[in-house]
Amino acid sequence: MPKITYIEHNGKEHVVEAEAGISVMEAAVKNMVPGIDADCGGACACATCHVYVDPAWSGKVGKPEAMEESMLDFAHEPKENSRLSCQITVKKELDGLVVRLPEFQG
Amino acid sequence: MRKKSALTALTRAARFGNEPPMTKRAIIIGAGQAGAQAAQSLRQAGFDGEIVMFGEETEPPYQRPPLSKAYLQGELEKERLYLRPSAFYEQHKIDLRCGAPVARIDRAAKTVATKVGETLAYDKLLIATGAPPRRLTCQGADLKGVHYLRTTADSDALRPLLSAGGRIVIVGAGYIGLEVAASARKAGLEVTVLEMADRVLARVAGKEISAFYEKLHRDHGVDLRLGAALDHFEGTRLVEAAVLKSGEKIACNAVLVGVGAAPSTALAEAADLRIANGVWTDEHAQTSDPDIYAAGDCASHPSQIYERRLRLESVPNAIEQAKVAGANMAGGSAVYDAAPWFWSDQYDVKLQTVGVSEGADETVLRGDTAARKFSVWYLQRGRLLAVDAVNDPGAFAVAKRLVGKSADAKSLADPVTDLKSLVS
Repeated sequence: MPKITYIEHNGKEHVVEAEAGISVMEAAVKNMVPGIDADCGGACACATCHVYVDPAWSGKVGKPEAMEESMLDFAHEPKENSRLSCQITVKKELDGLVVRLPEFQG
Repeated sequence: MRKKSALTALTRAARFGNEPPMTKRAIIIGAGQAGAQAAQSLRQAGFDGEIVMFGEETEPPYQRPPLSKAYLQGELEKERLYLRPSAFYEQHKIDLRCGAPVARIDRAAKTVATKVGETLAYDKLLIATGAPPRRLTCQGADLKGVHYLRTTADSDALRPLLSAGGRIVIVGAGYIGLEVAASARKAGLEVTVLEMADRVLARVAGKEISAFYEKLHRDHGVDLRLGAALDHFEGTRLVEAAVLKSGEKIACNAVLVGVGAAPSTALAEAADLRIANGVWTDEHAQTSDPDIYAAGDCASHPSQIYERRLRLESVPNAIEQAKVAGANMAGGSAVYDAAPWFWSDQYDVKLQTVGVSEGADETVLRGDTAARKFSVWYLQRGRLLAVDAVNDPGAFAVAKRLVGKSADAKSLADPVTDLKSLVS
């Protein structure tokens, strides 16, 4: 199964094995990674599963669609590499993916 | 209230000072979104006593919104609905008891009795019993094929009908009715929606939004009947037709009733707790009994933003109110006064709402309804009450920060105004 590393704002790392087909948000919730609230459960409605994709992975992860992009616009400290983790699907090409979490969601 | 109960506890401790300290126990009635959140928030606030959570259903706490959408359409396995993995309950020592309905709360003895006859004492209790669907009582309402939607079991029962062909009659054009209508059309079913009011989403949205969704559904082939009152259903064992008050008969193979939900207050009422359109709570999510809290769809709370009591049926409300309840059950004094928000996905259109528009004296439309990206801003005496944003998450995000504050209708109506400038 693809491995994903989540790095909390304080630097704490969580490496989880994620099933292909679920989202990067779901893999975090399933493995109790703190810092991803995902209030809407993955409906791209709340922007509380914001992550920064490690620049080395930006190409493979891809860019957000228009709806997600405008949600990100209003997330806490959006950056060029911001994504909503509910909109990234785990697949074997993403084995080794590294994402960093913002200081808070909201 | 809280002070008084702390004093009582102190007195009790002083009186029985020689006894070893008892482990405290928090009991949560209801294993839904609010129950699960409250358990987590209790632990986050440092509560180290026992937590026992009773759920009526056999599933662990799960998300309900997909039940009318992705899950109903068979695009999501059940496990993906679960809010937390089972390891979460083990790690946080949350004794989750599914399929264990509660029969009674005894406030004098501070105990809860389950339907199978177990009695368990609590120090703090949370009522998070939700709001089950209102049921019809008309002739034929008990026929097979007449469905409601609240639980995974309900969605599981409805799913095969979507692929069975024929026609489904949907009673009520609220969120549930319209979301199921969209799912059913996607599955290729013929759909008739009956709505008593003269517009859809009448209870929750303004006229512009209603008109947009009426066209959206009709464009997708839904036979939408406004001002149409159901009289009864016909059928021998299975439902075969819906008969309107006008006498018209609509043949169908299935019916979905979405005519609102009623807060589940039976336990609270029997325990003589204060009721006010749901279980009454103050701004601390505390009921009229200082050791008992309530959160989620079953509870009403005082809203400072709206200067009245609100009872909300929404996931964000359940989460935020349960955070407050959990923190306060652990000894905190958190206050709940968040602006409510909602979302609804129908076809490829996303509606995001913040606030409650009821009572608005002015509405402003921004954007282009024909382009299917616009927002409706509801004001009352120059203050922003609510915003409905259709495929416009930017407007939604700005509105979330502005709701309750004063807003200028003229600058909102001006397409040149950059919404971002309103919040910076």
